[in-house]
Amino acid sequence: MAAIEVHDICKSFGAVKAVDKVSLCVEEGELFGLIGPDGAGKSTIYRMLATLTRPDSGSASLLGLNLEKDYLKLRTRIGYMPEQFSLYPELTVQENLKFFASMFGVRVEDNYELIAPVFSQLEQFPKRRAGKLSGGMKQKLALSCALIHRPEILLLDEPTTGVDAVSRSEFWDMLATLREQGITIMVSTSYMDEAERCHRVAMIDHGHILMCDTPEALRRNAGENLFAARSKDMFSLLTALRALPHVKDCYTFGATIHFTVDAGFDLESTRRILCDAEIMPVQATLEDLFIKLTSNER
Amino acid sequence: MNDKAISVNRLTKRFGDFTAVDAITFDVLPGEIFAFLGANGAGKTTAMRMLCGLSVPTSGSGIVAGCDIATEQEAIKKRIGYMSQHFSLYEVLTVEENLRLFATIYGMTDADIARESQRLYAMLQMDELRKVKVKSLPTGWKQKLAFAAAIIHRPEILFLDEPTGGVDPLARRRFWELIYQVAAEGMTVFVTTHYLEEAEYCNRVSIMVDGRIAALDSPERLKEKYKADTMDAVFRIVAADATRNE
Repeated sequence: MAAIEVHDICKSFGAVKAVDKVSLCVEEGELFGLIGPDGAGKSTIYRMLATLTRPDSGSASLLGLNLEKDYLKLRTRIGYMPEQFSLYPELTVQENLKFFASMFGVRVEDNYELIAPVFSQLEQFPKRRAGKLSGGMKQKLALSCALIHRPEILLLDEPTTGVDAVSRSEFWDMLATLREQGITIMVSTSYMDEAERCHRVAMIDHGHILMCDTPEALRRNAGENLFAARSKDMFSLLTALRALPHVKDCYTFGATIHFTVDAGFDLESTRRILCDAEIMPVQATLEDLFIKLTSNER
Repeated sequence: MNDKAISVNRLTKRFGDFTAVDAITFDVLPGEIFAFLGANGAGKTTAMRMLCGLSVPTSGSGIVAGCDIATEQEAIKKRIGYMSQHFSLYEVLTVEENLRLFATIYGMTDADIARESQRLYAMLQMDELRKVKVKSLPTGWKQKLAFAAAIIHRPEILFLDEPTGGVDPLARRRFWELIYQVAAEGMTVFVTTHYLEEAEYCNRVSIMVDGRIAALDSPERLKEKYKADTMDAVFRIVAADATRNE
């Protein structure tokens, strides 16, 4: 049985179709990524799956329970961490944890071993108010509160925004551990290195799912004709490349510039024109695919 | 013009017995794009607040845009622009009203405001959005407007505190092209980020660990020194020595 099954759900706000006939299926124990630009409809999907807002049409079931009919039963079996920090800033670390445990009718110690890897760093200041925690610590407390009732599905909406690189990889190590314990995880992110760590990824824009597959398959289908270039003056190189006739998308990519080309492109003559630049063909990453899918329409 | 946009010597900030920023020393050159990297809690924001004249140093000294950070805080504020991660715009005001408000706070005349607004609308391609209330703008446009509000008075130095947090890969790149553009016009840019590929776009990068500057150089040289392929790898090596727990 699939953990999450969604059929053609739609949600509009006035004239804006935030989610437009989305269907997806997440297997039990899967780590599933939801990737898309700002305003793509990701958070609206999360809010519907967390039973906080109702779809206009379509249907969905989580753990075999119908999203609309069985929402009360469902709430005790899912954990949701919204994009905005949503704990009580005036309560302490310990009080927040206790509060969320009591809301689900469990005691903190019942599932403590599940949250221990996340919560251990917060244990040294149980009396600190949640509002006074740093970004990384707030995120760990929010995850602890979302896990305290041992949910079978964890819904995480951009959990690592504003978190440094080292803490981000620690966070993803924790997700891997949770998944090993059988928890199904659906996570959204604006970091493509995180998307690479998912089993499958859905690329979403304008309320539609554009593609859904494993990161390897997505990269394979990202298309060819991608090149990387570098030189001393990167900004001038960017301008120069964009002025060339057969160059399509052209964008900064870490220490290099990536660009896609059409059939008329000739590598050798381009190397002669841009003689102080180093140019080589490269494999597409999820980040390249993301830019390709989203740049056409904006 | 000064030969340094920012010059800081043993700058320190203590809160009680906690040393948030521990005797940092560095210079930033005019027109440079200078990045401040560090784990959450490494002291970046505290350091930036002192440079912007928002917090008084416990000890040490610093000159920002020709002004002393300990004694000339109000003068500093006129000469710099600051954009926070939260964009700090007025949601119920229109694009035009927001720009006008910030420009007026900086003491600009009506004629200057009209001229600079025109320039920014053209640069950011947001002319048709002038009468739109900020609350109905998508995040990408709010980010551009916050950027415009931070540079409307043509500051010598622009401080950007995680300007691309939570922003998607395409919008992040478009934002960095704006940064390149103002830097090419001579503005000094001081930026913090958690996206380490963005560190590659900077002239020099400093990495803060436990309140101290643990590494400072061009991305190229840092990668050489730590024998790493990317700034991400450099960061992981340098930040691994951290002992402070947020």
